[in-house]
Amino acid sequence: MLSSNIKGVANGFPLLIEVEKVVEKQVDFNEDFLRNLFVKIEWKALVEASRTIGYTELPENAESSMLDSDEFLRKFHHALVELHLEEGALVCPESGRKFPVNKGIPNMLLHEDEV
Amino acid sequence: MTSRPELQAPPEIFYNDGEARKYTSSSRIIEIQAKLSERALELLALPSDDVPKILLDIGCGSGLSGETLTDNGHQWIGLDISQSMLDVALEREVEGDLVLSDMGQGLGLRPGVIDGAISISAVQWLCNADKSSHEPRIRLKAFFGSLYRCLARGARAVLQVYPENLAQRELILGFAMRAGFSGGVVVDYPHSTKSRKEYLVLTCGPPSLSSAAPRGKGEDGESWSDEDSSVDEDNQSICVSDRHRPRKKQKLNKKMKGREWVLRKKEQMRRKGNAVPTDTKYTARKRKARF
Repeated sequence: MLSSNIKGVANGFPLLIEVEKVVEKQVDFNEDFLRNLFVKIEWKALVEASRTIGYTELPENAESSMLDSDEFLRKFHHALVELHLEEGALVCPESGRKFPVNKGIPNMLLHEDEV
Repeated sequence: MTSRPELQAPPEIFYNDGEARKYTSSSRIIEIQAKLSERALELLALPSDDVPKILLDIGCGSGLSGETLTDNGHQWIGLDISQSMLDVALEREVEGDLVLSDMGQGLGLRPGVIDGAISISAVQWLCNADKSSHEPRIRLKAFFGSLYRCLARGARAVLQVYPENLAQRELILGFAMRAGFSGGVVVDYPHSTKSRKEYLVLTCGPPSLSSAAPRGKGEDGESWSDEDSSVDEDNQSICVSDRHRPRKKQKLNKKMKGREWVLRKKEQMRRKGNAVPTDTKYTARKRKARF
């Protein structure tokens, strides 16, 4: 969901992910929440992101009709909320700027000259 | 006022390890934060359909305000500039996703994904220039601009602020309006210096009926004490942003106090044992116009 906002970068999304460590957390499953979120998500970006962190079960393309299948929702839920990048970095696709991730917190602070 | 933390040091330095721990272990602050975020959530007026929303907590600190969001069943993303505060938040195992970022540099979120934003006592930090490169106006503009972009249409943002003075409040509000928000300031307990709280209630998009500023608490001046949390809905009134406030309002407030008030005061003085003239038909009588 994050995008890079360095000056001069037109399309700072999606951020690429460099993985060092991924953790899984159990989160309660809520169907309505996922339905609402589905329209806001750029599916390709999510598929790509979950592939880089090693979860390959998401289908390449998704439509809103697929939201009726429980299996699909489970996968969506797992990729979206249960997988956390613990250590690593987010990389801006255009400028190549790295945002380090420590203990699950991405550091999005910019230097003075980048504002 | 020297007790304002904004004047002492930049936020990422002021909230160091010690201060962050102190802040989070004080039961008083926990209670205030919980109350403020409860109220902010109320002002957000999210549709009550039990669907968890994605909310933004700007200046989440150690996640005290986020806990209220979790309790109400929402997912939240917390932004803060202080690493120490976020470390404490991690220790407390808060539910939200945390991001270390500076709101003055823009929020860096995809457009339209957030269902609502709250911010407890954070935005006034933007008005300070802590580095030579900081220019409060540019930072405020970046903040409100990016906030407007990442909110969904019709979504609200409730920012609780402690403006230092009138000019600062105008400044914050002005930039919010310029970014395209509509809304105004809601003041809770305006007659109390201590429990007075200001909330900027902003709505994405043009003004509409639903975006009218909600009522502030305790504006009638009777029930503003800290203990009195049982203020009922009738005791609230609207405080619109300054430029819409009717000029005549102040005059109305200066109305004479009336016979009832005088009699009550006299009774009080009598009970104290003071010499008080007896009540007659002339007491607190209105003078003729041509006196």
